[in-house]
Amino acid sequence: MMYYFDHCASTPPHEEVIRTMAEVMAKHYANPSSLHRSGQEARNLLERARAAVAALFPGTEAKEWIFTSGGTEGNNIAIAGAARQNRKRGNHLITSEVEHPSVYDTFKALEREGFRVTYVPVDSRGVVSAADVEAALTDETILVSIMHVNNEVGAIQPIADIGRLLKQRRGILFHVDGVQSVGKLPVDPAGWNVDLFTASAHKVKGPRGVGLLYVRQGTAIAPLVVGGSQERELRPGTENVPAIVASAKAFRMAMESQPERAERMQRLRERLLGSIEAIPELVLNGGTEPASAAPHVVNFSYPGMKPEVIVHMLEKHRILASTKSACSSKSEEPSRVLMAMHGSHERAASGIRLSFGDEHGEADLEWLCSMLRKVVEKLKPLERKG
Amino acid sequence: MSMNPDMILIRFGEFTMKGKNRGKFDKRLEQQVRKAIRAYENAEIKSTYGRMYITLNGEPYEEIAAKLKDVFGIVSFSPIRQVASELETIRGAALEVMQSLPERPSTFKVSARRVDKKYPHDSQEMNHLVGGYVLREMLGLQVDVRKPQVELRVEIQPEGTYVYSSVVPAAGGYPYGTNGKAMLLLSGGIDSPVAGYLGMRQGLEIEAVHFHSYPYTSDKAKEKVIDLVRRLSRFSGAPIKLHLVSFTDIQTALAQAGQDSLIITLMRRSMLRIAERLAETSGALGLVSGDSLGQVASQTLGSMNVIGRAAELPLLRPLITMDKNEIIRIAREIGTYETSILPYEDCCTLFVPKSPSTNPNLTIVQKTEQRIEGLDAMIEEAVAGTELMIISPEIRNVVETAGEDSWF
Repeated sequence: MMYYFDHCASTPPHEEVIRTMAEVMAKHYANPSSLHRSGQEARNLLERARAAVAALFPGTEAKEWIFTSGGTEGNNIAIAGAARQNRKRGNHLITSEVEHPSVYDTFKALEREGFRVTYVPVDSRGVVSAADVEAALTDETILVSIMHVNNEVGAIQPIADIGRLLKQRRGILFHVDGVQSVGKLPVDPAGWNVDLFTASAHKVKGPRGVGLLYVRQGTAIAPLVVGGSQERELRPGTENVPAIVASAKAFRMAMESQPERAERMQRLRERLLGSIEAIPELVLNGGTEPASAAPHVVNFSYPGMKPEVIVHMLEKHRILASTKSACSSKSEEPSRVLMAMHGSHERAASGIRLSFGDEHGEADLEWLCSMLRKVVEKLKPLERKG
Repeated sequence: MSMNPDMILIRFGEFTMKGKNRGKFDKRLEQQVRKAIRAYENAEIKSTYGRMYITLNGEPYEEIAAKLKDVFGIVSFSPIRQVASELETIRGAALEVMQSLPERPSTFKVSARRVDKKYPHDSQEMNHLVGGYVLREMLGLQVDVRKPQVELRVEIQPEGTYVYSSVVPAAGGYPYGTNGKAMLLLSGGIDSPVAGYLGMRQGLEIEAVHFHSYPYTSDKAKEKVIDLVRRLSRFSGAPIKLHLVSFTDIQTALAQAGQDSLIITLMRRSMLRIAERLAETSGALGLVSGDSLGQVASQTLGSMNVIGRAAELPLLRPLITMDKNEIIRIAREIGTYETSILPYEDCCTLFVPKSPSTNPNLTIVQKTEQRIEGLDAMIEEAVAGTELMIISPEIRNVVETAGEDSWF
């Protein structure tokens, strides 16, 4: 048996999700755009899935949700689409230094198109300050994009506060990347005055290849891909009906059980934080308070130790962990997120991420904590003192 | 600041003038209110002459208010604080009511009414005692006895004192079904659902008839009409019957009659005949249509004359002089607009000639009908083959029932 502590990267799909996907796939293969009855049945399924998703987010309507291929695509469509559509109204965009690459790199690309971008900093917990966002606003600002929960350290951003201050300054679009928070924390895009909100199914025990993008009614964004009228022309292409239906189910299950999950994971997190604190070689990255740190992520550094070594050592003990985020873990660079938090190259280059899932209990944590101690003991003589 | 009402005072409509029928209307309205709020078990309804009170007993005011707004026959209602008949308590409640108004008024007056003569201060004194207190507490507020922005009412009853001010307008009209039954011609466009709503608001019980021309029209057009009736059934407080008539054969025959410019006139006449037959079977004494004068070729006065002669039952046209924007505003308000603008064609938008007649000749129309072989039989057949659906707010549509429930 493996101890899979990499749920921020992806999650094992729920059995019910797999069954649903297989059944829909076998039965409803027709194209939802076809006029015949089989096509219309597929269309109806798609719309039922959309209504089911909307019902999970209070104050939102089915027509405000589009299905994408995942978080990365959703973030791209939302950010590049909103920026390009509203270029005439202003040239200034705001995001943070700790966004996921699918957001951060989109802003970098927009800079090359001539947009001016402000990257607001974070504190040592990885948290953005709403006051910094407010201070960065100009008459030219057309879009603010801040993630809800950071994917490397789990920092929770003050989305409600930022939404409130943007509401007073009309006309600035607000995008929130909610990929890491849906199912783990309460989310309320409509209540937070969010115009664009992204989620991803495979982070909540759903299938790969399906994401959600909330586009609040009246929010105009330019499509990135053309060639069809599907998904309000924002995401053309034949819809992946079986994966979408299965995703709607995964989101429902994840969000309905969110409060219990958060409580259970918070206990696991506190347990792990205690263990890390007891190992002097390790240093915790991110906050300790539930208000600023999501319950399912723990990030720590072993300064002076290559994180790959720790990941491989843990794997010998059947524990699967991550360095940085899975999307950027192949590069040799130190973590941009940890750099923004601490400014220390050594610490930023040695971060390890552990993230919990529903299958984890006290016994799994027991194993993880004792193996962590063992691995550090073993590696200690190999530390590079710089 | 929001106030927490204890009761709701409901005011009735014009039917209070109707002498002998009065009792029937009152009773019907009470039934409708009861139905509308039946999910709120603790709420109690009490009727007195010309008024109705709901005691909330902790049930949510906002949700109940939203339901009451759609009950036909209610002209307006007011959230009420019920307090003990003691001056300080009444003053406190009065201030609370004033401060909870959605917009802070600049002028007001107090209208106190002492019904319970055991209470020491009379109505005049209470006006001053309560008004003076509110004035002291709300700086900038002034009294205007002739044209106040807000009238703060204080009713001292034996069981306690009612304090209220805001008057929330409701749908008005007559309780559903108190003015007879009619058959609504429902196309799926913007107008006919609004006509149905206005007919219902005037106390008509409605059954709907829809003409489809499969395969010239799609199933989606039918689903759209089902959704519209479902929406309307939220106002009726009772299920609505929907008659689905296959019009394909008649339409095909009319299209081949060689009178292209008259085809719409001919179709509408046949529809009226079928609707009238269905109305007679259902005991409906009128037809309701969404005609609006001059809007399209079939709704000119000339067309309406020739078309209307096909039926003997009164043809009610609630939208006849209404501006299109006004119709759209109501459609949005009652929640039919979004469905109505879905792009699925109904059978009237097919075979539309390049230049439909705006002034058809009745003699030519009648002669053309006589020449069409078996038209009467086709009408009989259409009536006999009518599919009946009973639609209530609870029924689930094709999207809501798509696939298997276990997939969701």
